[in-house]
Order: sequence, then C-alpha cells, then structure tokens
Amino acid sequence: MAHIDDELEGLKREMLGMWTLVQLQLKKGLESLTKLDKDLAREVILSEKRVNSYELKLDRDCENIFALFSPVAVDLRYVLAVLKINNNLERIGDIAEGIARFVVDVDDNSFDNNLLDISELLLMYEECISMMESLKIAFETEDTKLARSIFKQDEILDEINFNANEIIANYIRNNIDKTEQGLYALSIIRKLERVGDQCKNIAEEIIFYVEAKVLKHKKD
Amino acid sequence: MESTVLTASKFGAYFGKNHVLKNINLDIYKNKITAIMGPSGCGKTTFIRCINRLHELTPGATVEGNLFLHDEDIYKMYPIILRKKAGMVFQRPNPFPSMSIYENVIAGYTLNGIKLKKQEKDELVQESLEDAALWNEVKDTLHKKGTFLSGGQQQRLCIARAIAMKPEILLLDEATSALDPISTASIEELLLELKKNYTIIIVTHNMQQAARVSDKTAFFYLGELIEYDETKNIFTNPKNPKTQNYITGRFG
Repeated sequence: MAHIDDELEGLKREMLGMWTLVQLQLKKGLESLTKLDKDLAREVILSEKRVNSYELKLDRDCENIFALFSPVAVDLRYVLAVLKINNNLERIGDIAEGIARFVVDVDDNSFDNNLLDISELLLMYEECISMMESLKIAFETEDTKLARSIFKQDEILDEINFNANEIIANYIRNNIDKTEQGLYALSIIRKLERVGDQCKNIAEEIIFYVEAKVLKHKKD
Repeated sequence: MESTVLTASKFGAYFGKNHVLKNINLDIYKNKITAIMGPSGCGKTTFIRCINRLHELTPGATVEGNLFLHDEDIYKMYPIILRKKAGMVFQRPNPFPSMSIYENVIAGYTLNGIKLKKQEKDELVQESLEDAALWNEVKDTLHKKGTFLSGGQQQRLCIARAIAMKPEILLLDEATSALDPISTASIEELLLELKKNYTIIIVTHNMQQAARVSDKTAFFYLGELIEYDETKNIFTNPKNPKTQNYITGRFG
C-alpha cells in the first residue's frame, strides 16, 4: 500500500465525519421546524462550530497532501474534489444553521400545516436530506450513477422554488395574520434551493474525481 | 500543426537475445520537450542511446525497425554526423578533465578535426555558454579547467558543449539526478529557454520534473511504450491503468 493511500483514507474518514454532521444538522433542522422545537434548533446552530472546524481541518489536510505527496492523476482529482466538497458541505451547514435561526426567531408556537403542505416545503426538505444521503454513498463507493441521480431531484427543488412566490403570496393574502410565517417559509424554500445547488456541485465533483469528466457549467 | 523531428516506427532493441525495446512507435515534435519515464529497466535510456547510436557500441546490441531524423533513417547515417545532430548529456557531468572550459565547449569540433578560426571559436564559445546560462559565471575563467566548476555548472558546461555543435535534438539522460535542487531548478529553467531553438528529449526518474518541464510524456514499461500524450493529460487523467499506477506510486 502506497504511503499516500493512508493519507487519502484519513481524508475520506474526516470528510465522511463532516458529512454525517451536516446531514444531522439538516435532519434536526427539519424536526425543529415541524415541531417548532426551539431547543433542537439551537442545537443545530451550536453544531455549526464543529462543521467549521471540520472544514479547517480538511483544508489543512489537503494542503499537506499537496505539499508533501504531490498527488497526480486520480489522487490529484480526489484531493481537489475533497477540497471543493468540503466547501460545499460547509455552505450546507451554514444554510442549516440559517434555517434553525428562523425557527428560533419565529413568534408562533407552531407552523401552519396548511402552509407547509401547499408550499411543499417539507417535501423539499426531505429531498435535500435524501440527496445528501445518496451523495454520501456515491462518494464512499465511487458510484457516479448514483451521483448523477440527484440531478433529477434538484429539478424538483427548482420547481418548488419556482412556484413558491405565487403560492406564498396567495397564502399571505388569505392569511394576513400569518404573514411572518409565510415570509419565513419563502426564505426557507430559497435556502433549500441553495442546498440543492450545493448538492449538484458535490455530484459534479464526485463525477470529476471518478471519471475525470468536467460537468460544471455545462448545459443540461 | 506540430512538425515532427524524430519518428520511431516499429522500433526495437536487443542486448544479445534480451529484447529490451519492443515495437516502439512515436513522434517527437519540434521545439518541444518530451519526457521519457518509466521504472528502471523499462528501456528508456536504451531508447535515447539508440537515437544517437550509442546502443550499438555495446557488444551484441542490435536494433530492428526504423528511427527517422526528419526523413533520414538514423541507422543509414554516418554515426559521427548523426551525433552532431543529436547531442547527448549524461547523468554525471563529464567535462573533459584535461581541457579548459573554453576547450570543452569546442571539443566536438577539435576532436572531429574541424578547424575554426580564433574569432569563430571565441564567438561559438560565448554563444554556447550564454545559451547554457553559464557565460556570466565563467567569462573571466574560461581557461581554467572545467572540472573546477560546481556540479550544476559542469552539467551546464556539458549542455554548452552539446549545443555548440548546433544539434537538432538534445538528449538528456537523467541529466539532473546527480544535482542538488537549486542546480536542478537552474537546468530545468535552462531547458525551457533552450526549447525555443532545440527539440529536447529527457529521460527522467523524477516524475515531478517530467511534469514541470515537458510538453509531452512517454511512459515506458518492460520495453514497451504504454502511453504517450500531452504531459498534462498524463498527470491528470492517464488513459492506461499501468501509467496511473506508476505515476501515483503504486508500482514500479
């Protein structure tokens, strides 16, 4: 086994640790939203620090591998992909934190179920969680078919986001006393749409690492 | 379109019955640096020794197929003429110990009985040493022995000696492996300058050197050419798993 293999294996372990933590943030974020559990939301906010320290550690590890092992070919693509996925995961962590802050800030005791239904916010949230899980498996097993499968899911997110303005505007018109909830829901949808974009970036990095194909900025 | 200086066609080489190079087909392009890499015993040094016909000086050594310098079959050329066109620099700097720096640079002429006027010699020495990035360091000590120079300077003197003959191709066999990193860097910098006027082939064990300085890279393994491509392709996305395993340090 080449010496660099130990380093790359270590990098993978760190990356998966960060991945699990960010997934947990998303899952807890969803739970805190549906139950309007402010304590759980605060937990999500606090775990952001751990995500940040994972990001710094992975940055440093990649830098060391570049400096000490001069990776080439598949190894080079792998370290480059880890470096970028690291950044994408940190952004997803930020978004989860942002959503949790809405939950903490909202004045009501519960979210209007009707609003969650018509805006498809929960469906969107679940798609994000499912995309993250698929990508984690794809990264671990170098399964580019699985990585590609999330592009379809991202389209669902885009559609929900596209329809959200009209749906929520109507909701606010009809439920003027729940304007704040409507606005929070729209903000959360916008944030989840960005999670979808980050997931798409991650899928592209996995494909780049395994197949040496660059999908970035290509038309669908 | 890139113009081809050297072409190997179904080229092979033997030491006695030992088949050390097998069916090599490749083109070397003008004003490019081509790196040949591969594990020990892969035939890379044999290949460049065939290009200036040093291989055949070993008893029992033979070749098959063709090597063309432009359209001329190398193995139908007069070896002395060929070696003027394909200059070689070896692993260990080897200036002639009994000669001064000045005499070393024009050794190719004097040893071949080519007479030059004093002014021609002076100009040739200055020009070659300037091209080898050594002139400023030795211009006041031209008549001192070449062996007084540092290793890196001696190697640049050998490069000056090779380019004084105005070769078409410059062959470097592990030319920096005996040098420290600073001298290596200065030779690499020199190669990048020299490629404006010369076509260069380097044999190297140092993959990072191949990656840094070459335009094209050929990977040899067990006497075969496994992959030949733009250097950046070889080091980012090699097509052959053997190349990938070698450059990522997983065999060889």
